[in-house]
Amino acid sequence: MIAIDWSHFTPWSAITGGVLLGIASALFILANGRILGISGILGGLLPPKAGDAGWRLTFLLGMFAAPWLFVLVAPADFMSAPRIQANTLTTVIAGLLVGIGTRYASGCTSGHGVCGLSRLSPRSLVATLSFMGAGVGTVLIARHWL
Amino acid sequence: MQALAPFSLLATGYKGHDMNRLTEFLVGLLFGLGLILSGMTDPGKIIGFLDVFGAWDPSLAFVMMGAIAVGFVAFALAKKRTTTILGGALRLPTASHIDKRLIIGSTVFGIGWGLAGFCPGPALVSMASGQIQALWFVSAMVAGMLAYEAFERGR
Repeated sequence: MIAIDWSHFTPWSAITGGVLLGIASALFILANGRILGISGILGGLLPPKAGDAGWRLTFLLGMFAAPWLFVLVAPADFMSAPRIQANTLTTVIAGLLVGIGTRYASGCTSGHGVCGLSRLSPRSLVATLSFMGAGVGTVLIARHWL
Repeated sequence: MQALAPFSLLATGYKGHDMNRLTEFLVGLLFGLGLILSGMTDPGKIIGFLDVFGAWDPSLAFVMMGAIAVGFVAFALAKKRTTTILGGALRLPTASHIDKRLIIGSTVFGIGWGLAGFCPGPALVSMASGQIQALWFVSAMVAGMLAYEAFERGR
């Protein structure tokens, strides 16, 4: 019994944005020889190691520039306020879990989900099914049972 | 000179490949733009996708399809090469083991993802756009990553 939320479903911007994520991942492996995985790129700076920090910081600077560039070219209301926002305590607990979990699993939605599935890695498929399953279960419990 | 410290940190990974710095920045920018355009910086879109048993928003599946369609071709090309197109080392992952760390770690990540609707990339982009809730999330995420480092060093 699946009911699609047609009022919020945005297939075209989703697929276009997804293609951009794919192009970024493609450039990173083919030009820089690295896997585009955000938790790994950030985690490698905690703490920074000599000779290994520059590329991570440059990448992150590019990411941080994105919302500022985006508002220059996009309709003003595109990046509107989030539809759902967890309270601060839940947000902090969630951040801790995401930080610890992604480091133990050596990857998140980008490294395992996008790059890992693109290279047909069974290890990344197991990771992706695990975090998606846990995410679905968490939303089911938090939004429908509690 | 003190003021130049952040820049010398930027130069620590510099090994004479000017193009690498440019592509690293461009890739970060493209990735950030992709996350914004696809709607993934809105926790509502993430929770809407994970809410399979409620009002389901399948957008994230389309994001993955778009990304993997391009990524599949790129990694197939990468597997045939030993160096990058800029002549540097091509570091494809070698780990293939499926163990408890992978499954439990991913499950813990998924619980956090479902609670707040943020994963690391969109949280960093939202933080950079000045969203206060994303700043809380990223601060806690960094603390979690540092805790992992501390656990691992203690093992």
